[in-house]
Amino acid sequence: MRNFLRAYPTEAKLLAVLILICAVLALTSDSFATLGNLTSLLNNNAVNVIWAVGLLVVLIAGGIDISFAVAASVVQYLCVYAFAAIGGGNWGIGLLFAASIGAGLGLINAFLIHQFRIISIVVTISTFNAFFGLLMFFSSGRFLYNLPSWWSQRVILWEHQSPDGTWSEITLPVAVMAVAMASTWALIRHTTTGRQLYAFGDNAEGARRAGISIGLMQAIAFGWCGAMAGIGGLMQAHITKEVVPNALVGRELDVLAAVVLGGARLGGGRGSVLGCFLGVALVAVTQNGLNLLGVSPYAFKMVVGVIILLAISTSNIDLAQILAPKRKGRE
Amino acid sequence: MIGTAAMPEAEAITFRNVSKVFGGVHALDAVDFSVGAGEVHCLAGENGCGKSTLIKIITGVYQPEAGAQMQLFGQALPQITPTLARKAGIAVIWQDLALFAEMTVAENIAFETMLGNRPRRVNYAAMRAKAQAALDRLDVTLDLDARLGTLPIAQRQVVAIARALVSDARLIFMDEPTASLTQSETDALLAVVRTLSMRGVAVVFVSHRLAEVLEISARVTVLRDGKLVGVYPTAGMTQSRLTELMTGKTFDQVVAARDTLANPVVLQVENLSRRGEFADVSFSLRAGEVLGLTGLIGAGRTELGHALFGMTRPDAGVLHLNGRPVSLRSNREAVAQGIAYVSEDRLALGLIQPQSIADNTVLSVLRKVTGRTGLLAADRQRDLVAHWIAELAVKIGQPEDAVSTLSGGNQQRVVLAKWLATEPKVLILDSPTVGVDVGARAGIFRIVRALADKGLAILLISDEVTEAHMNADRILHMAGGRIVGEYDPRQTSIAALEAAVYA
Amino acid sequence: MTVLYTRLARAFGAEVPGLLGFLALVLVVFGIMAPNFLTAANFGSIAFQLPELGILTLAMLIPIISGGFNLAIIYTANMAGLTLAFVLNLYGGPEAGVLPFVFGSVLAIGVGAASGAVMGLVIAYIGAHPILVSLAMMIFLRGLGEFLTKGGDISGFPPYLAVLGHGSVLGVPVPLILFGVCAVVWHVLLTRTRHGFAARMIGSNIRATTYAGIHTKRTLTLIYTLSGVMCAVAGILMLARFNSVRVGHGEALLLVTVLACFLGGVDPFGGFGRVVPVVIALVVLQVLSSGLNLLGANQHLSTAVWGLFLIAVMVLRWGAGRYRQRKPGKG
Repeated sequence: MRNFLRAYPTEAKLLAVLILICAVLALTSDSFATLGNLTSLLNNNAVNVIWAVGLLVVLIAGGIDISFAVAASVVQYLCVYAFAAIGGGNWGIGLLFAASIGAGLGLINAFLIHQFRIISIVVTISTFNAFFGLLMFFSSGRFLYNLPSWWSQRVILWEHQSPDGTWSEITLPVAVMAVAMASTWALIRHTTTGRQLYAFGDNAEGARRAGISIGLMQAIAFGWCGAMAGIGGLMQAHITKEVVPNALVGRELDVLAAVVLGGARLGGGRGSVLGCFLGVALVAVTQNGLNLLGVSPYAFKMVVGVIILLAISTSNIDLAQILAPKRKGRE
Repeated sequence: MIGTAAMPEAEAITFRNVSKVFGGVHALDAVDFSVGAGEVHCLAGENGCGKSTLIKIITGVYQPEAGAQMQLFGQALPQITPTLARKAGIAVIWQDLALFAEMTVAENIAFETMLGNRPRRVNYAAMRAKAQAALDRLDVTLDLDARLGTLPIAQRQVVAIARALVSDARLIFMDEPTASLTQSETDALLAVVRTLSMRGVAVVFVSHRLAEVLEISARVTVLRDGKLVGVYPTAGMTQSRLTELMTGKTFDQVVAARDTLANPVVLQVENLSRRGEFADVSFSLRAGEVLGLTGLIGAGRTELGHALFGMTRPDAGVLHLNGRPVSLRSNREAVAQGIAYVSEDRLALGLIQPQSIADNTVLSVLRKVTGRTGLLAADRQRDLVAHWIAELAVKIGQPEDAVSTLSGGNQQRVVLAKWLATEPKVLILDSPTVGVDVGARAGIFRIVRALADKGLAILLISDEVTEAHMNADRILHMAGGRIVGEYDPRQTSIAALEAAVYA
Repeated sequence: MTVLYTRLARAFGAEVPGLLGFLALVLVVFGIMAPNFLTAANFGSIAFQLPELGILTLAMLIPIISGGFNLAIIYTANMAGLTLAFVLNLYGGPEAGVLPFVFGSVLAIGVGAASGAVMGLVIAYIGAHPILVSLAMMIFLRGLGEFLTKGGDISGFPPYLAVLGHGSVLGVPVPLILFGVCAVVWHVLLTRTRHGFAARMIGSNIRATTYAGIHTKRTLTLIYTLSGVMCAVAGILMLARFNSVRVGHGEALLLVTVLACFLGGVDPFGGFGRVVPVVIALVVLQVLSSGLNLLGANQHLSTAVWGLFLIAVMVLRWGAGRYRQRKPGKG
């Protein structure tokens, strides 16, 4: 327990807050702590988590990616045309294609950042504009509905009927989310490559001296983020059953806020998959709770903004220190 | 002229006739350098003397000019690559340590060894075992799971050493290892170095803070302008002698102190205390006086300086400025009251390195260069900058050049200019010669003396006893946060003062 | 030529000659390709389009120079516009007199300043990352605005506002005059005032600036407050130009303002940046966009070209830096 608090101070705090909110909601609202509500929360936020773990890798490596949500839209469009061209496709091809195109778009960012020594925020704001502009130009803003049936049909992995007759279910995006989380966790926790990403984000010069290939790190970070963006885009279209070119613009900042809320640090070297999940969950649960409590939907975002602001403002409070006050103070 | 130090039995590395030319200039000119197995060696010289070029040749980063003979651990090599040097057991611990603040101690120590893992899986158990083994070799206990960023600098240094050991280093270069350590931390580091030495690992200190290094090294190699001055046994070597060797100049050891006790008191400090930093500090600083404040690192000198400059608030005690009690709530109030503070950390706190010389100079006196319209007046800025550049003889290209383009000595003059422009009554100099070449230090102190002659009250904080002895009118000795003695340089010898401070 | 170059560079920043070169190039290329490009009508439309983006860019500029960011500019502008709209509606909507407009504008500027001041205080006194703080503020304001308007438009303003939005004085569009005034004020602020001076120094090294006796916390607070004021001016202008207020209006301009700053040679790490090159960069962007428009491309292609253009400029700067490094002794 103490080790967890020490290694993941932000995550621990977030978890405590999340449990508190859940407890309050469970007591004040009859419909919050029901299987149906919790599973729909999962189904509805799976895509955000997929994007979050992708962005996490970039943040750990000390970068930032503004372009991933737009990249996801680009992937959606290319997918529609590609699947039509090959006469349908299936989930295997779809995931592979979406991930590769996404990774390719991420690699464009990595190349520009590394080759020309431009900082990531400049590059990804440029590619944000370039991707979005080109997408809107070539698509003329058209919505696409002609998705192959395997893509647009709901895939229910598990379902359950409660005594009162309501259905709860777990759909495909949740499974994809779980795989995305597990693979990202394995990458950053259990491969030497992942540890190099942390090292590079933590102290780029130290990493260089230790013989880490900087270009490779950028490629892996932005490639991974791009692949997750692509997969997330595929899942989003699967949920909405349509492809809208400007539907995902603006999501990048919401996801960024959730990831940073979850303990990832702008500037690199810190962040965890658990934190990403908790960050997304906190925002989602809060909105869901406000909804159940009958608060106007227009007020949700306002509250989310306040929560993030409060979280930032109290981020200096160290839970581990409160619980173990005898530990020597930090410098 | 080359000293005849007793050679250790076996040589770890032997380099002969090493030269390196950059753009027609000899960075190194036929230098010989050798270190015995398990020897503690000191490599001394001013900035730009070729120390780092030599290290880079030894570690294979640079290739020497033809004609060099290189031997690593008894093996003659025509060429050294970084990989070869690392495999042979040569490690460098740079001053910034190059560690990872967010990672655990164990991971920092074992990081480089796991990079070669195939498959690329992290084995946390093996990593911890390796890290523990390295710490055991140093006889040090550290919490392997602690995040590095939470450790004090001294322990981070130990982690850096352990990292070198994990890759089986047999010769470790340490670049300015004691620069930011307190005395007890330095002692702990030296103990670790002794342990290393006993286990046959050679250590080369690269340093210009010579006191501690002389204490532990067997020999010292001195470089100047890319040439070998000599290799000397440290037994019987004094700091002042070493300074002469490094600069090639004989410094007149004349004590500059004068009698200032009749001058009016400008700053009166009574029983100033701040918990955990300093306690019960009382002294008076007079107009035209250079008051030395010396003591070991960690004695509370810089902390006292910060409190006098209003950066921190003392818990108890009174400050009188020109007879009036003052209470400083911020350094802005201190500046307004006529107190200026030259920080010991010039790179991070003294100057804004990327900005121009002119902007750095006027930063503290923006009100003075504001015209009647309430806007900054370009001509006033220009005049002020030109005035101080001339007054302090700063060697610059253009006032618009970034201050980072200047040498350490000239940067320090810009810092002085910035503060003198505020027309202070009290000038606090905190280790004003850190990172300034030995040769350029005399110039700084000439300015300091001239300022005192004009009536400025100067508090000279320094951990170099010699420096304080030569330049101050009176010297206060601080230890454990308290003033424990006062000396008159004219009546106390350097040796006696050193004995008191390093006791 | 060389003399002109150095004089321009000395007076307005090293980026100016290069950007003017770009501008000339763009003018020539479009002048040849599009017959009605070099016409008064075209430049008139550019002059009406530029100010909105321009004023928002000024709002983004100062935070970036101080080493920060203000992602909340659009919604701050929206909120200010909303404030003015409420006041006008309170005094009879289309029948409202000039006095309510003045009163509403003052209130709007107060709202902008307050939003900026809150961000500035959190950034200065808590030390939180400006990207996070302004992101949280953005989410909050967006929520607040949507809550207040229920996602709809507010319109029905007095006709004299058309003068502000579409009028001309001596042939110069009123919005352009407003932008010109703002730009001059900002130029003077940055080059000739103590706060502007301190903002640059803070951008390079806030601790050293504090040591030099500057009240950096107050300066930071002021920087974001001023940024908020500039947002409010943009919000008022947007109200007049579109004769309506909608939360989210101008959303797409957020990242374009960052792009314009970087294009204008503002250092992404803070410490360096000037108004004049940023204004020229804005003109280049607007001319590019109108030229493409005349050639039949839509606004979205311009967005893409803007992104690609920034990348190209950054690559050129990288190349110029390498060239200078290889030829030491010059400049």
